[in-house]
Amino acid sequence: MLPNIPFLKKGKREDQSKIFVASRRDFLKLGSLATGGLILGVSFQCSGPKGETVTFAPNVYININSDNEVTLVAHRSEMGTGIRTSLPQIVADELGADWSKIKIVQAEGDEEKYGNQNTDGSFSIRMFYEPMLRAGATARYMLIAAAAADWEVDASECITQDGMVIHSGKGKKVNFGDLVGKLKDAPAPDPAQVKLKDFSSYKLIGTDLPIYDLKDIVSGKAVFGADVDLPNMKIAVVKRSPVIGATVISYNDEKALAVPGVLHVVKIEGIGFPPGLDKALEGVAVVAESTWSAIKGREALEIEWDLGENQNYNSDEQQAAMLESTKSKGKIRRERGDFDKASRSASKSIERTYEVPFYAHATIEPPAAIADVKEDGSCEVWAPSQHPQWARGAVAAAIGADVANVKVNVTLLGGGFGRKSKPDFVVEAAVLSKAVKAPVRVQWTREDDLHFDFFHSHSAQRIKASLDAAGNLTGWNHHTVFPAIGSTSSKEEVHPSDGEMGLGCTDFPFDVPNIRIESHESTGNTRVGWLRSVSNIHHAFAIHSMMDEIAEARGKDPLENAIELLGADRDITFQSEMVDGEYGNYGEKIEDYPWNTGRMKNVIRTVSEKSNWATNKANGKIMGFAAHKSFLTYVACVVMLEKGADGGTIISDVHYVVDCGVAVNTDRIRSQFEGGSQFATSLATTSKITFDKGQVQQNNFDTYKIIRMPASPKNIHVHIIESQIKPTGVGEPPVPPFIPALANAMYQLNGKRIYKLPFTV
Amino acid sequence: MAKYTLTVNGGSKEVDAAADMPLLWVIRDLLGMKGTKFGCGQSLCGACTVHLDGVAIRSCSIPISEVGDGQITTIEGLSENGDHPVQKAWIQHIVPQCGYCQSGQIMNAASLLNSNPNPTDEEIEQGMEGNLCRCGTYNRIKEAIVTASKSL
Repeated sequence: MLPNIPFLKKGKREDQSKIFVASRRDFLKLGSLATGGLILGVSFQCSGPKGETVTFAPNVYININSDNEVTLVAHRSEMGTGIRTSLPQIVADELGADWSKIKIVQAEGDEEKYGNQNTDGSFSIRMFYEPMLRAGATARYMLIAAAAADWEVDASECITQDGMVIHSGKGKKVNFGDLVGKLKDAPAPDPAQVKLKDFSSYKLIGTDLPIYDLKDIVSGKAVFGADVDLPNMKIAVVKRSPVIGATVISYNDEKALAVPGVLHVVKIEGIGFPPGLDKALEGVAVVAESTWSAIKGREALEIEWDLGENQNYNSDEQQAAMLESTKSKGKIRRERGDFDKASRSASKSIERTYEVPFYAHATIEPPAAIADVKEDGSCEVWAPSQHPQWARGAVAAAIGADVANVKVNVTLLGGGFGRKSKPDFVVEAAVLSKAVKAPVRVQWTREDDLHFDFFHSHSAQRIKASLDAAGNLTGWNHHTVFPAIGSTSSKEEVHPSDGEMGLGCTDFPFDVPNIRIESHESTGNTRVGWLRSVSNIHHAFAIHSMMDEIAEARGKDPLENAIELLGADRDITFQSEMVDGEYGNYGEKIEDYPWNTGRMKNVIRTVSEKSNWATNKANGKIMGFAAHKSFLTYVACVVMLEKGADGGTIISDVHYVVDCGVAVNTDRIRSQFEGGSQFATSLATTSKITFDKGQVQQNNFDTYKIIRMPASPKNIHVHIIESQIKPTGVGEPPVPPFIPALANAMYQLNGKRIYKLPFTV
Repeated sequence: MAKYTLTVNGGSKEVDAAADMPLLWVIRDLLGMKGTKFGCGQSLCGACTVHLDGVAIRSCSIPISEVGDGQITTIEGLSENGDHPVQKAWIQHIVPQCGYCQSGQIMNAASLLNSNPNPTDEEIEQGMEGNLCRCGTYNRIKEAIVTASKSL
C-alpha cells in the first residue's frame, strides 16, 4: 500500500534520459506552452527492476521562439525550495541562454507528458540535474549547427553565450531566435555525440541566482492555492469527523442554511478506518457565496457522530506503552556480530530512552483547492499540490471520471513539507463541485489543518551501548517504535517499513563490531504522513544524543569521537546486515550513491574549522555537535548558546557544513539550511500534537507553537563543500542534525541530558 | 447584510457584507484582491496584515463594521511598482522561500519602519514577533529591515 514516494519505494529506479525534437503531434498537445520555433522534449526511459520499460514520457520542454524568448517548463512543484528556478537555471546555463529572456511555465500534473512530478524526498535536483544539462546541451548543438552552416565554419569553433551563437574568429553573432526557423526539420543530434560544457565554464550553476518568482511574491501577485478566482465559484468549508474513522449518523442543516450566503450543505463520504492517504475524510460541507458565510454556516451545523474505534485513543498512553515495549525483544531489522555477547562482556553500558511527539506540518497556507467539474463530467483543478499526478488520479477515482478528463493545474505552494503530497483536500473540492454543479474552492481553516493533518508520528526509542575496558564502543542496540506511515492505509502495517527504518536508523554508519537494530509493534489511530526529513527527525535525535554521551564516557571530544567511530574512509553497504529486509538508500542504487565515510568525516572536520570549535571550546563557549546524512546529503552542525540580556538562553550561532555534491543554486542551498534550522528549532523546543479521546488537543498557533523571530537562531552560517560529484537535495537534510546538536549544547549549558522533545531552551 | 464604503489603496470601494465579516474576507472574496493571505483567523500569524491609516493590523480579526472611513492599504497598494524600500530590500536579500507569509511580513515591516525608522535588532524582533514564517526566513527579514531602514 505504499505510495510511489522515492524514499519509501522498495524497487530501484533506472532512468535514462532521451532527447527528441517535438513532433507536430507533441506540439499540438503542448497547446499554449508552445509559441512556435524550436521545441525540444527531454524524456526519461524508466525501467523497472527486471529491466522492463515502465514509462516513456517527456519530462520537460525547451521552447525557443523567433522573438528570442526561451520558455522552460517547470514540472516540479514550488513550495519554497527554489526548484522552479534551480532546474531551469541548469538548462539555461548549459544552453548558454540569456537568463533575463527565460520564461518559466508551470506544468500541469500529467505523467504521460512530464513523467514523475512527485516533489518530495529532496529528489528534484538529484534526479534531474543530468537530464537538464543534456537538454540544454542538445539545444545548444542544434543552434550551433544551424549557425555554423550559415557561416560555413566548423561547429566546434562556435560557442553560445547570452542567447547568441558566437564565432569569435570571424566576429559573428546571431540570436537564438533568428536560428529557430532553420531548425524546424532538423533532427536532434546523436546523444552520444553531445558533450556537456566544462564545469568551470558554467555561469549560472554555482551562483546565487535570485528566484524567478521574487518580484511577484514581494508585490503580492504570486498565485497560491486559494488565489485562483473562477466565475460563479462557491466557497466550501467542511466539518470533518473529529476522530479519524468516525462516521456521520445524522445531521441537521436547517440553521446552517439560514446563514446569509449559505447555498448548500453536502455530506462527504469517508472510507472509515484506516482512512487512507488519498481519500477525503467523512464530513459535512457548507457551500456558500463567501468564505465567511461558509465558516458561519459550519458553526451552525448540527451533526450526530458515531465516533468509531479511535474514540478512546490517548497519545500519551500510547507513547508510554511504546516506551515500555522497547524493553522487550523486537523484530530484528539489522544485525552485525553479537550484541548480547558484547553487552555481557562490557565494562560499561549506557542505556537511554528517547521520546518525540506527533508534529503537524502547519504550513502557513492551510490546504485549499479549487475544482470545476463540468457538465460533461470532466474536471479542472487548481491546487498547491506537491504531487499533482496523485491528485489527478485521486480526483478521477472520487468523481468517477477518466484520468484523461481531469486536469490539475499547480499553483505555488505556501509551504509543503510533505503535507501537500496528499490529495485529500483536492478530492474534497472535486466532490463538492460535482455535487453543487459549480466551481468550488474548499478552504481549510488553521484548526482544520492542525486537526486533520497527516502527522509526523510520535515515537519511543531505546538505545543500549556497550564499551569495553579500553573504552572501545563494542555494541550498539537500537530499538525504535512508532506508528508507521503504512498504518494510514492498512491495519497490518504495525512495524515501520524498510523505507522508514532506512531513514537514520538501519543506516547507522558507525563502525561498531556488534550492532542490533529492532523495531516494535504499534497501531495507527490517526493519519500518519511524512514531515520534512521524516523518521530521520526522531532517529537522528536519539542516535546523536547518545553519541554525545558515548564521547563523554570515552573521554573524547564529540567531533573526534564521531570521526574515529566512522572508521577508515570507505563506502558502506548495509544490505548484507539487513534482516528480512532491504536497505532502500532513498530509492537509489548504493553503487550510484554510496554511503561514504570520508565525505562525512570531511564535513565534520570542516565544521570544526568553520566554527572554530577547538578555540571556542577552550574558551568555555557553550556548543553542541551532531552530523547526519539524510537524503544522500552529508551535513555537520554545531549549535552555540549564549545567555540573553534577560537571563534566557539564546541560540547565538549555528554552523552548518553541507556536502550535496554540485551546488546548483548556492543562495537557495543556504536558504534551505537557514530555514531548516528554524524549522528544527520549532520541533525541538515548541511544537507538540497530542490526542485525547481520539481528538487533537491543539487548535491554532497559540497551542501548536512554532518559533517566532525572537527565538530564532541569531546567526546561521552555511558552508557548502565545493564538489563536482553528482548533486543531491537539500530540502530535508538541514533538519535532522540540528535537534541533537541543540540538545547536546543544552547539556553543556546546564548539565542535564535531554531525552524527550520538545524541551525548553 | 449591509452596504459599506471602504477606501482601499486610495480608491473607494462599495461592498455588501455581513457586519461581522472580517476585513480579510472582504478584501479577498468581495474585492478579489489576493495578495493578503489567510493563515490563522485569530491574529496569531500575521499573514493577513494590512495597514489601517498607515498602521499594521490583522485583517482577519477586524469586522468590516469597525473599519469605518480609515484608509486601508494592502500589499497591492504599498507601492505602484513593487519598489517600496521594504520591497526593494526584500528583493536584495532574496528573503522569500515559499512566499506565502511575505505580504504580511512586508506590510508589518513597513508599518514598523513608519513608526520607528531606525529600529535596533531587538526592536525589529519585537516588532515582527507577531508574523510567523514556517520556512524560516526570519534572519533575512531582519537583514532586509535593516537595509530598508538605511534607505528610508
